[in-house]
Amino acid sequence: MKSLEELKRIKEQTLKEMDLRQAKERGKVIVAMGTCGIAAGAKDALMAIIEELEKADIHDVKVVQSGCMGLCDKEPTVEVAMKDQPAVIYGDVNDANARRIVREHVQGGNVVADLVIKRENI
Amino acid sequence: MIRNQLLVCAGGACITSGEKSVKDVLVDELKKNGIEDEVQVIETGCMGACDLGPIVVVYPEGTFYQKVTVENAGLIVNEHLVKGRTVSELLYSEPTSEKKAQTSGDIPFYTRQVKRVLRNCGVIDPLSIEEYIARDGYFALGKALEMTPDDIIGVVLDSGLRGRGGAGFPTGLKWKATRAAQGSPKYVVCNGDEGDPGAFMDRSVLEGDPHSIIEAMAIAGYAIGAEQGYMYVRAEYPLAIERFEYAIGKAREYGFLGRNILGTSFSFDIEIRIGAGAFVCGEETALLRSIEGKRGTPSIKPPFPAQSGLWNKPTLINNVETYANIPQIITNGAEWFRSVGTAKSPGTKVFALAGMVQNTGLVEVPMGTTLRELVFDIGGGIPGGKKFKAAQTGGPSGGVITPDYLDMPIDYDTLKEIGTIMGSGGLIVLDETSCMVDVAKFYLGFTVDESCGKCTPCREGTRQMFHMMEQICDGKGKDGDIEKLTKLGKCIIDTSLCGLGQTAPNPVLSTIRFYEDEYRAHIYDKKCPAHVCKHLLTYSVTADKCVGCTACARQCSVHAITGEVKKVHVIDQSKCIKCGSCYEICRFGAIRKE
Ligand SMILES: Cc1cc2nc3c(=O)[nH]c(=O)nc-3n(C[C@H](O)[C@H](O)[C@H](O)COP(=O)(O)O)c2cc1C
Ligand code: SF4
Ligand code: SF4
Ligand code: SF4
Ligand code: FES
Repeated sequence: MKSLEELKRIKEQTLKEMDLRQAKERGKVIVAMGTCGIAAGAKDALMAIIEELEKADIHDVKVVQSGCMGLCDKEPTVEVAMKDQPAVIYGDVNDANARRIVREHVQGGNVVADLVIKRENI
Repeated sequence: MIRNQLLVCAGGACITSGEKSVKDVLVDELKKNGIEDEVQVIETGCMGACDLGPIVVVYPEGTFYQKVTVENAGLIVNEHLVKGRTVSELLYSEPTSEKKAQTSGDIPFYTRQVKRVLRNCGVIDPLSIEEYIARDGYFALGKALEMTPDDIIGVVLDSGLRGRGGAGFPTGLKWKATRAAQGSPKYVVCNGDEGDPGAFMDRSVLEGDPHSIIEAMAIAGYAIGAEQGYMYVRAEYPLAIERFEYAIGKAREYGFLGRNILGTSFSFDIEIRIGAGAFVCGEETALLRSIEGKRGTPSIKPPFPAQSGLWNKPTLINNVETYANIPQIITNGAEWFRSVGTAKSPGTKVFALAGMVQNTGLVEVPMGTTLRELVFDIGGGIPGGKKFKAAQTGGPSGGVITPDYLDMPIDYDTLKEIGTIMGSGGLIVLDETSCMVDVAKFYLGFTVDESCGKCTPCREGTRQMFHMMEQICDGKGKDGDIEKLTKLGKCIIDTSLCGLGQTAPNPVLSTIRFYEDEYRAHIYDKKCPAHVCKHLLTYSVTADKCVGCTACARQCSVHAITGEVKKVHVIDQSKCIKCGSCYEICRFGAIRKE
């Protein structure tokens, strides 16, 4: 280690690895991981969302898991709850749809209308 | 791709309560479910709430699982991580409201704290220098090396930081004096002896955030003009020694220790010295002798270590917690440091909360926090609906804080005014079942054992005081004992050579000051009001409550109780050894203790 520049590089690099432990205030994406959800491929959706957020360099949105949301015929289901916005639940979230939801809704701010199965009342 | 991180507390207390096997179960279960590449397990230093251990925190949710056992650790993986269901039985529930806390942010024990010294403890992997760097570690050293030594000392002076090892001496002044002292080489020493039997904050910092101390010692070396540092830790802290040793190796590898640090002309290195655990070796002059490989006995001050320390060279010696504040002071400035705490005692203080209190563990609060906040808001009050009686601070060198002072802001000066000391931060809560004479006797017994014997007032005086305390507790106290204890205590304070003897009478003098009536009850009425001192107790049977069940008679190991079935029983006082068994076993409340 010869310089502060090098120190900063290590900091940036490691912060990414510690990212899960930072406070994430802008919102959360909740993946339903009930038995039905897992059977329908919720795990793929979960990993796709995490990967896509990472690609888009988004670090202020939490990805968490929940139990079954009771919408079993539409599994995998994913809820996007951004701060100060009504929550939206998406159904049939496969790998590709999961990535669309991150890009269009979380990043772009536009609800992915064709995948919505439920919206929180405003 | 990592989707979750499991932070497992690997502080001393959690390891004792079974952390290692819990961690093994977690790792096994992750493998069984084939998600070991998605979920990372990280061991941290102490998370503070030691009596809730072993603790596992799941991120990103921050879900706080407590008292995890080998039997139920698997649920965290199979329920939470696989099925997305919070394991409600492992959440902390508020004793009064029984509300379940999801994260540490929902637990009053945590929300009232201000984490500075402990900011990385329980948050980072202490074995990862990268994680320390990610939390701005070693940036303070970088910044310091671009400043002049005098500017650094100026910032430390302005911060108002005072030594956390007990006496509260202004740290900046010590640095200034050591820098100004004639002689070379100079040395930097860290006091990690932590001799107060109730304290473990230094151990937690060394175990949970070792690099913060290495960074601070390097900054100190640059500021006072030293190239060699010594870390003095007691042998009873093997984990602290192991992690600190590892951290030194990493710091050398990264070039934060060694020659030409960060490309400058400054060179500095640290060696660990292990102490055998004598209380007196925490006293700075004794500690320095011990590092030199000599017997750890104190010497008269002056000369102070700043003038003549290790091998008679100028030496800076500070406590672990003192150093832990330094990097942040350099990074954030003196003003930032002063933004919490009181005018004369800025910053925070870490306390080891223990004794008769709901939540025990390590707490860091602003200086000036009241005892009420510590004991009731953070500590959750006294268990079992008992009454708060006193808090003992400063360990064997300190004294008590009474209910009258519950709302007094705690800092170095206010504690001194009421006859106790801050000490290193041990805080033992006592409830109505504690006998203050017995408590004082306990601490005095500790110093009698730990006196190095070099000077007579401490060696003989404390022994005499202890003998009188024993007599009092045994019901053999005599008229005039209180006055004698006071006089002898003052004499020991005035004439002892080092801080050990100069403070040893404090627990007795402080309890006499606030609880003289309890001493009087022991001496004149031959009664222990708290029913602690065995020899002053009488057990007897209340005739109209006794149903003659014979349980007590069968329980009494010395056959002091006689009586027939369904008849009132009697205790033969000449045979009774006051073991209390009959009192415990009687289901009719017929045994009286007084
Ligand atoms: C009997 C005795 C025991 C002590 N034990 C410790 C100790 O365990 N840790 C400590 O830091 N200071 C201890 N001290 C205080 C040290 O002598 C010294 O004041 C301190 O290390 C200075 O560091 P500071 O200015 O950062 O507090 C003890 C003092 C006495 C008299
Ligand atoms: S005061 Fe006690 S511990 Fe200190 S030098 Fe004298 S005998 Fe030793
Ligand atoms: S246990 Fe209680 S009730 Fe039974 S004989 Fe003893 S004193 Fe009486
Ligand atoms: S206190 Fe112990 S020794 Fe005394 S009577 Fe009760 S059981 Fe027997
Ligand atoms: S050791 Fe785990 S919380 Fe203190």
